[in-house]
Amino acid sequence: MDVLTLSRLQFAITSMFHFIFVPLTLGLSVLVAMMETRYVLTGNEMYKRMTKFWGKLFLINFALGVVTGITMEFQFGMNWAEYSRYVGDIFGAPLAIEATVAFFMESVFIGVWAFGWEKVGKRFHAVSIWLVALATNLSGLWILLANGWMQHPVGYVLRNGRAEMVDFMALITNPFGLLKFGHQIVSGYTVAGFFVMGISAYHLLKARNREFFKASFGMAAVFALAASIMVGVIGDFHAADVAKTQPAKFAAMEAVWNSCNNAPMHLIAFPDEKNECNLVTALPVPGLLSFLAFHDTNAQIRGITSFPKDERPPVLPVFLSFRLMVGLGTLFILLSAAGLFLSKNGLLEKYPLFLKLLVLCIPLPYIANQLGWIVSEVGRQPWIVYGIMKTSDAVSKSLEMSQVIGSLLGFTLLYGLLGFVDIYLLAKFARKGPEETHVGASNAFRN
Amino acid sequence: MDLHIVWFVLWGVLWAVYFMLDGFVLGAGMLHRVLGRTDLERRVVINSFGPVWDGNEVWLITAGGATFAAFPTTYALMFSYLYTPLLLLLFALIVRGVSFEFRSKEEGATWRGCWDWAIVLSSFVPALLFGVAFGNIFAGLPMDKAGYHGSLIALLNPYGIVSGLLFVMLFLEHGALYVAVKSTGGLSRRAESLARTLWVPLLVVAVAFLGYTNFATKLYDNYLKAPVLLVAPLVAVAALVGVRLLLGAGNTLAAFAASCVTILGVVGTGVIGLFPNLIPSSMDALSSLTIYNSSSSEYTLQIMTGVAFTFVPVVILYKIWVYRLFRGTVTAEAVAADHEAY
Repeated sequence: MDVLTLSRLQFAITSMFHFIFVPLTLGLSVLVAMMETRYVLTGNEMYKRMTKFWGKLFLINFALGVVTGITMEFQFGMNWAEYSRYVGDIFGAPLAIEATVAFFMESVFIGVWAFGWEKVGKRFHAVSIWLVALATNLSGLWILLANGWMQHPVGYVLRNGRAEMVDFMALITNPFGLLKFGHQIVSGYTVAGFFVMGISAYHLLKARNREFFKASFGMAAVFALAASIMVGVIGDFHAADVAKTQPAKFAAMEAVWNSCNNAPMHLIAFPDEKNECNLVTALPVPGLLSFLAFHDTNAQIRGITSFPKDERPPVLPVFLSFRLMVGLGTLFILLSAAGLFLSKNGLLEKYPLFLKLLVLCIPLPYIANQLGWIVSEVGRQPWIVYGIMKTSDAVSKSLEMSQVIGSLLGFTLLYGLLGFVDIYLLAKFARKGPEETHVGASNAFRN
Repeated sequence: MDLHIVWFVLWGVLWAVYFMLDGFVLGAGMLHRVLGRTDLERRVVINSFGPVWDGNEVWLITAGGATFAAFPTTYALMFSYLYTPLLLLLFALIVRGVSFEFRSKEEGATWRGCWDWAIVLSSFVPALLFGVAFGNIFAGLPMDKAGYHGSLIALLNPYGIVSGLLFVMLFLEHGALYVAVKSTGGLSRRAESLARTLWVPLLVVAVAFLGYTNFATKLYDNYLKAPVLLVAPLVAVAALVGVRLLLGAGNTLAAFAASCVTILGVVGTGVIGLFPNLIPSSMDALSSLTIYNSSSSEYTLQIMTGVAFTFVPVVILYKIWVYRLFRGTVTAEAVAADHEAY
């Protein structure tokens, strides 16, 4: 263990923990905004109760997402000072813009929305949650443009011993960043869709607030189906872009060891890193991989062995994460389509097993999100900025082992404790259901 | 127009506004257990800044982001050199944010007591650490071409501690005044009375800080070169005296406004004294991080200036709007009846 390894571990733990809360924020803000819009348009009180019930869960989740986000901004300087100094000229800009354009809007209007039920008119109240949703999504755009630059650096020159920005437009139109943003946003919507479907299913199984949860389920099912289809579609474009811009990552995702034309897709494979080959391969679909990557069955796919040993990502975690993510993504389309069909035809309560399954599926989109980030970040290794800076050159020089051991322990304990409390509260209020949350004339329990 | 200077001013403004806005949340957070005698009164204190605290904290994130974008070398070295204090600061800010959200979501006295103490501690720690950090930055960090030669213990030097105490006292006064303005009845009276009491030690620490600064730092050099700049410390001192006079006249709102000006003045005084340094070196003047040797390229500064001058005015407009929306007092009845309250 050294400062570099510990810092990487700390960045992985803090960003993955942060990313337990972010996808739900991205999606649930939009879903709650839709619910409140329905309330404004129809005047139906049930939609107001829906807004308040799901909004409550949104806020509990939101709190931890916000505070763990501060860590992300600070960590670049704390643990990755060499990186920050080398690329700050171009990488700092999107982070500063994110704060100025998105965080202010998000934080101000979340206050208006949470505390302003009696202070602003109901139309404006709905507008304020739309502004929160817009801001969280905008924040995602800027952070993914920043990450997109690390994946596929554009708009810079190496000058004065660092990467300097020369083309801001190239930075903000970087296809890598934009595709990743699209893929991520709809992945967040999928998390929210399954979150709402799962909790609704839980209550439908108990036959409580049936109309309320059938309506919630119906909205979430449409949302989840549309989102999970888009995840696949944008994901396909994203993967094709990766094949062009990061061939080493693509080779690891598909465990292609040797370059070949007309590359098949093996439905079953398992890589053996030591011997630079696959232990098993079975069920090949001829030319499919070449087709998916370059939309041409004869195109060449570069194999891992065509890269120098010190420029290859770890194959096994990238390959497995990618496979599992794609499998889960397919499952989400099937499940949400089935959910939508049953919900449209009023059959939900006839299939308690399906409802139980959806309760159990709540964590799956979260896992898929994390797997996607493993593919993205582990797959970029050994580079911190693809092709121009290695992760091993990026760590702060002034750090001592004791400092990083202390911070790693501190983050693990603190995050563990707060995560536990947050999930406990989410589960508590999710189980309570809307009636108590809303009526609560005695209101003692929540205040 | 020298964009380095524009960004130096913006950098100072972001920090000053952050301390002015989060200062009362930190102060009220430190005091809510003392001021609030019942659970409901404590909730009144927390809800008095409930709708705005998150937006206030974003000024810190923006100050950090602006440092990264405009002065990346300063960002890199400041954050890695001050690793452990920044870590403690992060932990405190994380705990504070979730404590507001979690505290009233359970009934039990133990639950609420724990989160209350978490709020007190996680408000005190940032106030102290910001003061210690800025005191050490004013005095210069022990760094040269070879790197950093300081430690957490070394930051707790006498000047660092005086500076830390100054921030804690400023925010306590600020928080007490805020609660006096935003609450009613006994809670408001207690806050007002505490603000009067706290003013005396605040004055003592402020005088000690201003005097000590002459010996521990080179901040006053700029004022000797351009005496017109003395406006900043004079405004700070006048506003601090104004706080007491306005309190005496029973006008807590005006006293709170004077406290805002005091904080802006104190931060302004320090930042003006630093120019053109962002972080001076106490070992070797050539190793100081200045707005020239640690800045981004001209092109990046141009882009960021465009962004800042387009969006910051919009931010300020809706921030003012939101403060107007939530103006007026927060009463115990309103908090008890509001299902969305903290």
